[in-house]
Amino acid sequence: MAVRELASGQKVWMRRDQWSQLTIWFTWFVGVAIFVFCWQQISSSTTWFFIWDAPRIADDIISRSMPPDWLYVNKLWWPLWDTINIATLGTALALLMAVPVAFLAARNTTPSATFIRPIALLIIVSSRSINSLIWALLLVAIIGPGVFAGLIAIALRSIGFCAKLLYEAIEEIDHDQVEAITATGASRWQVMAYGIVPQIMPAFAGITVFRWDINIRESTVLGLVGAGGIGLQMQASLNVLAWPRVALILFVILIAVIISEWVSAKVRGAII
Amino acid sequence: MSTAIAAPEFVGTRKWRKPPFIESKLLRHGLLLITIVYLIAAFGSIDVNWERVYLGLERGWKFIVAFSRPDFISRWSDIRDGMIESIIMTIASTVVGVLVSIPIGLGAARNIAPLPVYLICRAVVAISRALHEIIIAILMVAIFGFGPLAGFITLSFATIGFLSKLLAEDIESMDKAQAEAIKATGGSWPQWINYGVQPQVMPRLIGLSIYRLDINFRESAVLGLVGAGGIGATLNTAFDRYEFDTAAAIIITIILIVMALEYTSGIIRARVQ
Repeated sequence: MAVRELASGQKVWMRRDQWSQLTIWFTWFVGVAIFVFCWQQISSSTTWFFIWDAPRIADDIISRSMPPDWLYVNKLWWPLWDTINIATLGTALALLMAVPVAFLAARNTTPSATFIRPIALLIIVSSRSINSLIWALLLVAIIGPGVFAGLIAIALRSIGFCAKLLYEAIEEIDHDQVEAITATGASRWQVMAYGIVPQIMPAFAGITVFRWDINIRESTVLGLVGAGGIGLQMQASLNVLAWPRVALILFVILIAVIISEWVSAKVRGAII
Repeated sequence: MSTAIAAPEFVGTRKWRKPPFIESKLLRHGLLLITIVYLIAAFGSIDVNWERVYLGLERGWKFIVAFSRPDFISRWSDIRDGMIESIIMTIASTVVGVLVSIPIGLGAARNIAPLPVYLICRAVVAISRALHEIIIAILMVAIFGFGPLAGFITLSFATIGFLSKLLAEDIESMDKAQAEAIKATGGSWPQWINYGVQPQVMPRLIGLSIYRLDINFRESAVLGLVGAGGIGATLNTAFDRYEFDTAAAIIITIILIVMALEYTSGIIRARVQ
C-alpha cells in the first residue's frame, strides 16, 4: 500500500505509489497519442466537403428507397434458397473437414504433439484469419462464379472456427470415462467412439448451429464478389441505383438473419 | 429386465446397442428424412459447371504454388500503404466503438436501465448485429464517399453491436450486493456505476475490447472490396489481374498480423481475467 507523508508529518493513504501512477498516466498518454495519430491519418485522406454534405445524401437515399419495391420479392425466393443452401451445405462440408483437424489438434488425442499438432493449428489459424469474402474472391477467380464457389468459401472459412471450438471441447473432456473404456481393452477407435465422442456431442451440435447462424449472415454478402446468393441481386440493384429494390433486399436479409438467429438460439437452448 | 438378471444363460444372446443421441424414435427418423429430402433438393438446385471447375484447377494449383514464393517486392508500396491504412482504421474504430458501446451497453442492461432506454439500446444492438459489415460499408461509402472514413464508421458501428451486447449480458449477471452497498452509502448514480458496477465488469470489458480489435483487423481486410479503405482494395486488384504471387504475399501478411494479434491478446486477456 502506498502512503504519502505530508510536510506536517501526517501520513495519507494513496491508492497507488508514485511510480505506478506515473506508468499508468504514461500508458494513457501513449494510447491517446496513437489514437490522435490514427484519426489524423483518416482525416487527411477524407474529403471533408463530402462529409458536410452527408446528411443531405443520406436523406436523398432514404427518400429514393422508400417505399421498398415489394413486388420484387417474387424474384428473391430463388436467391434466398441459394443463400440458405450455401450456408447449410457449407457448414456441413466444413464439419466433415473440421472433425479430423480438431482431433489432430487436441492435445489429448493428437497422434504426435510435435509434428502433427502444429500443422493442424496452422490450418485452423489460416482458415480463421482469412475472411470468407476473400476466400470467395479467390474461388471465383479459380473455379468461376456461382453458388459452388460460395459454398466452398463458407466451408473453408468455417473449418478453423469449428475445429478451434471443437478441439477446445475435446481437451476439456472427463478423462476417467476414456480410461474406463481403455481398461476394457478397447481399440483406439473404440475408445474414440465410446469414450470421447459421446462427451463432445452436445458441444459439437452447439458449434454446428452457432456457425450455421453466422454463415447465413456471411452468405448474404458473398454475391457481391460473384459467389451466388442474394448478394448478387443486391449488387445488380446497386449497380443500377435501384434503391427501392436495395431497401427490399436489406429488409429480406434482416428477416432471414433474425429467423436464423432465433432458430439457432432455440436449438442451442434445447441441447445445452 | 428381471428375466435377464434371473437367467444369466440368456446373457449374450441379445446384443447391446448404443443408446441413440435423440431418444424419440419419431423425431429421430423424421429429422433423418427431412435431412435427406433437403440434401437432395439442395444438391439438385446447385448447378456446378464441372468443366469450368476442371479448367480452374490448374489456376488453383498456380495459386498454391504462389504461396511457396510470394512476391512482396513488386507491389511493396501498395501492400505497405494498404496495411497501414487497415491498422489505422482498426485502432481508431476500436477506440471509438468501445467508447460508444459503454453507454449503450449500460442502457441495454435491464437491471440498471429504465424500459424505454433499454428498448432503444437493444434495437441499436440488434440492427448492428444483423447486418453484415460489408452491407453497412456499402451504405457508408454511398453516404460518405470512398476512403478510410467509411470503413472507420462501419467498424465502429459493428463494434457497438458486439461489445454492447456482451457488456450488457455481463452487467445483467453481476453481483447485486456490491452495487447495493454503494447505493446504501448514499452514492449518486454516476458513483454507483463507477464504484458498484464498473469494477465488476472491467476485466471482461478489457478482454472483449482486445478480442474486438482482433476481429476489426480481420474485417478491415475486406472492406476495401467495396471502397471503404484498407488492404482489401489491393487484394482485389491483385486477384483481378491474376497476380497470385502478390495476392499470396498479402494473405500471408494478414495471417501473420492476425496470429501476432491473437497471441498478444491471449496474453493480455489471461493477465486481466
